[in-house]
This record gives sequence, structure tokens and C-alpha cells, in this order.
Amino acid sequence: MSLLQQITTLVNKDLTLEWRSKHAVNGILLYVVSTVFVCYQAFKSVDTLIWNALFWIILLFASINAISRSFVQESQYRQLYYYAIANPRSIILSKIIYNIILMTVLSAIAYIVYSLVFQNPVGDPLFYFIAVFLGAVSFATVFTMVSGISAKTGNNSTMMAVLAFPIIIPLLIVLITLSQNALQGLDRVESYNEIGVLVAINVITVTISLLLFPYLWRD
Amino acid sequence: MRKNWWKILAACLVCASVVAGFMGPVPKLFLLHETIRNVYFHVPMWFAMFTLYTISVVYSVKYLNNGNPKHDIIAVEAVNTGVIFCFLGLLTGMQWANITWGEAWPSDSKTNGSAIATLMYLAYLVLRNTLEEEQKRAKISAVYNIFAFPIMIVLMYILPKMTDSLHPGSGGNSTFGDLDMDHNMRPIFYSAVVGWILTGIWICTLRYRVRLLESKANQID
Repeated sequence: MSLLQQITTLVNKDLTLEWRSKHAVNGILLYVVSTVFVCYQAFKSVDTLIWNALFWIILLFASINAISRSFVQESQYRQLYYYAIANPRSIILSKIIYNIILMTVLSAIAYIVYSLVFQNPVGDPLFYFIAVFLGAVSFATVFTMVSGISAKTGNNSTMMAVLAFPIIIPLLIVLITLSQNALQGLDRVESYNEIGVLVAINVITVTISLLLFPYLWRD
Repeated sequence: MRKNWWKILAACLVCASVVAGFMGPVPKLFLLHETIRNVYFHVPMWFAMFTLYTISVVYSVKYLNNGNPKHDIIAVEAVNTGVIFCFLGLLTGMQWANITWGEAWPSDSKTNGSAIATLMYLAYLVLRNTLEEEQKRAKISAVYNIFAFPIMIVLMYILPKMTDSLHPGSGGNSTFGDLDMDHNMRPIFYSAVVGWILTGIWICTLRYRVRLLESKANQID
């Protein structure tokens, strides 16, 4: 099979598995809704700066929880089987694509729930949504590779947090600036720089993942 | 002797830059005053750190290509030494900031970025400690090291250029060299940079050789 075929098959496999059990989506949904509610109980009303920061923090923890499982949910024997039949590059790409889909759905739901519970002060909704989408893609690309690394270490959830947080912070800084611009309804030209940096970091991350995963995969 | 000339050069340059740094003439500037001498100590720390991290990445790539355990030891010792230089850079920076900016830790994008980059490399060292098996440890930490390096560059050198920063050369500020350094300072500054970089590499090679001896002593014949 060609690389493209392998990727589509693997993404389909992940989506079907998820659709059958609905384990990840339901768990993460509950997680997001309850976190938003806890924040609502604690804060009652917030100004725009905290509104934005709080949203990204909720999304950050939800995505770490969602993605940290992407390599440990399948048994070692099954992973060995994938290794025998598929190219490691197509495996990491399919995981990244699957996580992008998962994160997009997840962050859209989080955004809707969040703006229902808290009052939504967004000045430029379409642009804010683009920021959220870019955030979902960035979380997916960075965390997929980190979860691959931390899956090899055994004690997964702690290592995932230790390894992932310092790496995601630069992205988070850019994302918060971008979404703050959208929140205040600034002219869109102001934010093109940030979008450029985000896209560049994502391209770099995916390239490095593609180059490094073949080494990580072999045991 | 032929192999050691650069060590002597490093010692001479560092000594010369320390002496000339404290005694030499500096321009009288508003706000900076005599603290401008710190440029001989604060900036070379970061240059040395960056050189060591680059060496570490190069040897991580080499390790992944050929699996030679010596390359892994060089990579980890370069990070160990680089982290020390990073702490020294933060320390000298905090002293300087305390005088010129009014507080030891102003919320500055470059300061915060370098602190986070330090966390990244501490995470690398934690990752190594959690893995028992040597080959697996070497391979996985090499992967993380290469993965973290471009993010470190973004954090320390690209983001501060985009946002507001107190540091010269960032956030639309002019660089230090254009404005504040006069022709007396430049030779001292460059010799300090080269001297500290070479010193960093020297410390790294010493640690590497100690590690080699240790592993030789632990070997079962």
C-alpha cells in the first residue's frame, strides 16, 4: 500500500475504534464540562483577560488528557503488528491527523460550552474561532510526538506533563496573544504575524516528528 | 601541547576579559552607568549555553545515526554544562535587572523564555532518570533533545523579537552594539565571548572523560 492509503486506513481504524467505544470523546466531554462549571462556580464573572486565559488553560488540560492516551490505549502486541505491516511515518502521521480531528471537535465543544456558561465577550467571533482551531492543531501536533516519547517511559501521565508543558508554552503565548487580539476585535492585519509563527512552528513540529518517529518506534 | 592550545587560550581570554572588564574604560551612560560592565559576563553565558546545546543536538543526531554510546554521553554532558551556564546567565541577568530595571525578575519575554527553556532541559534530564535501560534511555532522550531544540530557539530568540521586551535587540529595541558599546568595549566583549564558549566546551570534555573512566571502571571483564 502507498503511504496515503496506509494513512487513510489507519485514521479510519482509529475513528472506528473511537466511534464504537466513545470512550475518549465522552470522558473528555465530561471533563471539559465539569471544569468549565467548577471555574464558573469559583469565578462567577470574569473580565476579558481572565476569560481568555481561563479558556486556554481548560483547553490545555483537556487536550493533554485526550492525547496522552494515543499510544498507550493499544496493547504492545497490536503495536508490533502495526510495525510489521505499516510504515512508521504513516503511523505517526495518522495519529497526528486523528488527534487533529479529535482536538477540533473537542475544542469546538469546549468553546460552545464555555461561552454558554460564561458570558461571551468576543469581538471578532470568526477570527477567535480560527485561533481556537489553530490552537487545536498545534496541541495535536506537539502532544502526539510527546505522548509517543512518554509512552516509552512507562509512568505515562507524569512524564507527559513534565515533557509537554515547557514545549507547549511558546505556542500558548502566541495563541493567547492571537486570541486576545480577536477578543478585542482588533484589525485582523495586526495578527498575521502570530498566525505565521503558529503555522511555522506546526510545520517544523510535524517535520521533526516524521524524521524522529522511525527511531522512537523501534524497540 | 598541540591539542591543548585552545584550553590555554580559553583561560587567557577569560582572565584578560575579567581584568579588563573591571578595570577598562567604559562610556558614561544614563541609567546603565558602571553596570554596563556586566555585558562582559551576562551575555557570554548565553553564548556558551547556546553553543553547548547545539553540540548536544549534533551529538544526539549522530547517536541516532550510528548508535555509538559515546555520542550519547557527550550529548548529556553538554546539556549538563549548558544548564549550569544558563543558571549563571539568569543569575547575572537578575543582578543587572535589579539595578537597571528596578526588580530582579521583571515580566520580560526574554527572561521568561529562558526560564522556560531551562525547564525544558531539566525535563530532558528527568526523562533520562526515569529510563533504566541504557540503549532505550539514550535513544528516547536523543529524540526529545532534537524535538525540544527548535522550540528552544523560538522561545529564546524569535518570540522576544515579536513581543515587547526590555532586552536590547528585542521588541523593536536597538541592539546593544549599535548604541551603547564604544570601540574600547568591543575587543573585551568578543574575547569574553570566545573565552567563555571555550571554557564551556572544556568543562564539557572534562565531564565526558570522567564519565568514560567511570563506565570503564564499571565494565565487567
